[in-house]
Amino acid sequence: MSTDNVNHQGGAVDEEFTDPGVPADHRPRRADVDPKAANRAERQVAAMFGLSVLGTVIAIAAYVMSDVGGDNIAGVQNSTMLMGLGLFLAMIGIGTGAIHWAKTLMRDHDMVEERHELRSSDEARAGAVDNLKEGAKDSGIGVGRRGLLKGSLVTALAIAPLSVLVPAIGNLGGDWNVSKFRHTMWKQGVRLAKDPDGSLIKASDVTIGSVFHVIPDGLTELEHHQLEEKAKAVVLLIRMSPDDLNVQPGREDWSFDGIVAYSKICTHVGCPVALYEQQTHHLLCPCHQSTFDVANGAKVVFGPAKRALPQLPIAVDDEGYIIAKDDFNEPIGPSYWERLK
Amino acid sequence: MTEVKTAPTDSRLNRAAGSTASYVDERTSIGAFTKFIARKIFPDHWSFMLGEIALYSFVVLLLSGVILTAFFVPSMDIVEYEGEFAQLKGLEMSRAFESTVHMSFEVPGGLLMRQIHHWAALIFTASIVTHMARIFFTGAFRKPRELNWLVGFTLMILSLAAGFTGYSLPDDVLSGNGLRIIDGVIKSIPLAGSYISYGLFGGEFPGEALIPRMFTAHILLIPALILGLIALHLFLVFLHKHTQYPGGGRTDKNVVGLPLFPVYMAKAGGFFFVVFGVIALLAAVFQINPVWNYGPYDPSPVSAGTQPDWYMLFIDGALRIMPGNFEYVIGGFTLSLNVLIPAVVLPGLFFGVLALYPWIEAWATGDRGEKHVLDRPRNAPTRTALGVALITFYVVLVLEGSNDIVASLFSLSINDLTLMFRITVIVLPILAFIIAKRLAMGLQRKDRELVLHGHETGRIVRFDNGEYIEVHEPLTEQERWVRVSYDALKPRELAPELNDRGVRRKGYRWDRFKAAWSRFYFEDRVEPVTPAELKAAEEHHAHELESGKKAAPEDPAIHP
Amino acid sequence: MRTVALKRHHRAAPLILMFALLAGLTMAASFARSEPAQATVASEDAIQEGQKLFAANCATCHGLSAQGQDGVAPTLVGVGAAAVDFQVGTGRMPMQASGPQAIAKDVQFNDKQIAQLAAYVASLGPGPSVPDAEAVDAALGDPANGMQLFRTNCSMCHGSVGGGGALSQGKYAPALWATTPTHIYEAMLVGPQSMPVFNDANMTPEDKRDIIAFLEEQRDGAPGGLSLGTIGPVAEGLWAWLLGMGLIVGFTVWIGVRSS
Repeated sequence: MSTDNVNHQGGAVDEEFTDPGVPADHRPRRADVDPKAANRAERQVAAMFGLSVLGTVIAIAAYVMSDVGGDNIAGVQNSTMLMGLGLFLAMIGIGTGAIHWAKTLMRDHDMVEERHELRSSDEARAGAVDNLKEGAKDSGIGVGRRGLLKGSLVTALAIAPLSVLVPAIGNLGGDWNVSKFRHTMWKQGVRLAKDPDGSLIKASDVTIGSVFHVIPDGLTELEHHQLEEKAKAVVLLIRMSPDDLNVQPGREDWSFDGIVAYSKICTHVGCPVALYEQQTHHLLCPCHQSTFDVANGAKVVFGPAKRALPQLPIAVDDEGYIIAKDDFNEPIGPSYWERLK
Repeated sequence: MTEVKTAPTDSRLNRAAGSTASYVDERTSIGAFTKFIARKIFPDHWSFMLGEIALYSFVVLLLSGVILTAFFVPSMDIVEYEGEFAQLKGLEMSRAFESTVHMSFEVPGGLLMRQIHHWAALIFTASIVTHMARIFFTGAFRKPRELNWLVGFTLMILSLAAGFTGYSLPDDVLSGNGLRIIDGVIKSIPLAGSYISYGLFGGEFPGEALIPRMFTAHILLIPALILGLIALHLFLVFLHKHTQYPGGGRTDKNVVGLPLFPVYMAKAGGFFFVVFGVIALLAAVFQINPVWNYGPYDPSPVSAGTQPDWYMLFIDGALRIMPGNFEYVIGGFTLSLNVLIPAVVLPGLFFGVLALYPWIEAWATGDRGEKHVLDRPRNAPTRTALGVALITFYVVLVLEGSNDIVASLFSLSINDLTLMFRITVIVLPILAFIIAKRLAMGLQRKDRELVLHGHETGRIVRFDNGEYIEVHEPLTEQERWVRVSYDALKPRELAPELNDRGVRRKGYRWDRFKAAWSRFYFEDRVEPVTPAELKAAEEHHAHELESGKKAAPEDPAIHP
Repeated sequence: MRTVALKRHHRAAPLILMFALLAGLTMAASFARSEPAQATVASEDAIQEGQKLFAANCATCHGLSAQGQDGVAPTLVGVGAAAVDFQVGTGRMPMQASGPQAIAKDVQFNDKQIAQLAAYVASLGPGPSVPDAEAVDAALGDPANGMQLFRTNCSMCHGSVGGGGALSQGKYAPALWATTPTHIYEAMLVGPQSMPVFNDANMTPEDKRDIIAFLEEQRDGAPGGLSLGTIGPVAEGLWAWLLGMGLIVGFTVWIGVRSS
């Protein structure tokens, strides 16, 4: 322990203050001077360790007695809580015990350890350089020599990983047919069905102020890629008073007596947009709060989305069921680089 | 060791221990290592244990995670739920979701392990951030620890990756919508977006490949990287020896504190159990991520309160705060800056600045020496203010990311909140910078006052001539040293533009930038008290007292 | 504390059975006797009393003959007894000021007065009537189907299990913890304020009962402990920081402080 406790008194004033050194006076703890206090501390530590043992017993008992399974919510809650509290005691007992021990009975005055500069000594550095030089000489590839050998090695090393990476990455993306984004299950004549049970929807079912969450008829019977198709095809079917609906130019025959259908997938980053406010005809996305005005072509009125929701053109067939007249006229969901190509 | 030998009662045990140690040492030379490590000194301060929280919660994650893997099935095959939980009866769901519900409700202690794992993950990320903030504000990233800062930074990024992949494994609606957002963000990347999305999901979203892929990343790839980097992180801590706060006898050439064995074995070892205990307490009492409420993933539903875990919330907030008119079509290609900027560019910049900060600050200081004594945050006002501004920026984004919750809690409008945050996200960090810098310098001035004039004692004396003064008690040497032993760095000098041959020298622009950067840091500064100033102040006090004495005080208290 | 309440699943089983039996008996009795007393064929007396109440409490906004006023209050012709029972029975009406969000306050009328008001409004034009006890009996519903329907149709506004959530411009979807089954049913039927209508073609009466059954399940408590308001990861993150980090950092301070 090196402490240079130099006191500067009188004489010339220094440029800077001097380090007074590690405080020499160590204030003793109660346990340092009073054996009774030390014994008390020991008992406290032992009690904490004892608490831990008790916690372990509780945790094991909770496991043995746990009554879970079935529809027993209370049983799950009780066993989780009891077992967890047992574990808590088992851990905190050891933890606080060990720390209390360290704080009261172990050394508490500072020691000093010297640091060494991290930089290697000059001899070591010179030695390293020499060793590398010698090694390079032994390999025959000193500076400026055997360029062909070095070049070919570097090239081989640089491209060799491709032998693993190309097949590996090549397989990751399935068929890489990214044009699938463009199309959904909707096409002319596909009936609109209720999500999730798949029952069909008649125009007369959709009263003013109603919202139907819609999937294409036939989705539930798909053998493969049901979720992928659903992820693109979900639609919201909304009816408002025809007076409130501003039909968009060029889309006069896309709606039916105040009934409109819009893609449910947000044009921002693809959350299902689903909060329909009946009075304002606004559709809010709960993820990032893009707000679309259903009465006005589902155009964005607030939030981080730019584009209106794609509209699904609909009609009513002979039996009164609502059908799609076509697929969406643009890719649904978030923007991507080649979406307009 | 030598002490124990003399105890005769358990000599057999000792002999056995000794011969075991010898056996191992002859094969590993562990003796030398033990000698090196056993009495290594660590300084004592509560803020030095923040990194340990991260380490220990990671251990808890490993332990609970091993138990979870025994029951979790990483498969997206569709099965029908056959358990008894009423609200899920007969529903179709992926094996991943089914096995998560099964282990929650039918395996005793299974739900506890899930909750421990999830709470530990939240504590893990929170403690990493807290630890990082401590390193930042005390300047512990300076030479020679820049590389270790980078290791720690990488660990932070990996913890986010670990958290996100784990959060998504149960294949529920909440995390599924999170993945869909990620998919949307990826698709906004110019040129490669669609292909990256396909590569990740193995085809169209959601596909059947993602859960198994994330599972491998979550339980093998990421933890292996984290473990390796933790080893490197700790190795560098031992190599550099720990930093210490300023104080008497603490220099850049030593470390003052208590020995690893036994004090830190007990304190740090005990602390592991404390961390585990607190996590167990949270898991016992508070439900976390009740996937059975969200239900198995289905692309159609979404629930109010769709948010990621807290550590990803700032990106969600950035997505929410961005106005939507930044989407452009250029030559038929769509550039979705309204997604790209908040979710890719902004986190990139944020994390980039964080990763490179040690070098960014080094441009300003130009300092080349090893720094082992920490800065008190007030003594680096610009750095402190930058940190506060960065945190403010982050917090505003987090609040915007929870704007619907904030709105319902305080009966506000989400639209008003978003509009307000669009302004505050720029204004508040600047304000925070100015205020924090003023505060730091104010504290420095207060330190000067204290050193020059001593502690206020609250003892007022009245002199005969009617003058009142308060008696000040001078600081002890130790107290003073803490307040004067810092460098108030000055801005770097800029060498002339032209060299002696009248030619513009190389690297002048870079130097000019560094000088300007340095001025930004060190233009305003408060110098520490010099002995001359202190002497002058003392003489002034003495003079005051002298004149008072002549007037003969009524209060005897001024005669110590 | 909470565990006691939750245990009722077990211990209260006989009680529930008895209660169900009692409810069944009273229901049978009410079917036998008071079925015609439903809003559809309300007595003339009730309608007259209701009209008086209406004129005194509602006509300022809705107009003397309940025809409504543009920009102030909608017409009530054809909204049915269900709408009145919901709006008045939850304290939303009478409103203090016209606006898109009707806040549930203390109920201002007693059950009889509400029935009279409902009878009056129902007499103005045909509309949905108040559901009977069987239609809202959670015990008869299928919570699993209720969950499917709830998460598709309701959870985007009301949260995954009915904790409520924000709508645009300061409006909100209320929490459903304390809403009675009848009021839940009526809300779906009539679509009050911002809420869309879920008519019987969209959601059959059985579907509505399944939703009620699902929501009733939630009142049995959360399997994992305290549910933190079921508002998701934001609340979890807040507690991780405040309580988790708070406690642990508190311990670090204790470790760092020298013992006396």
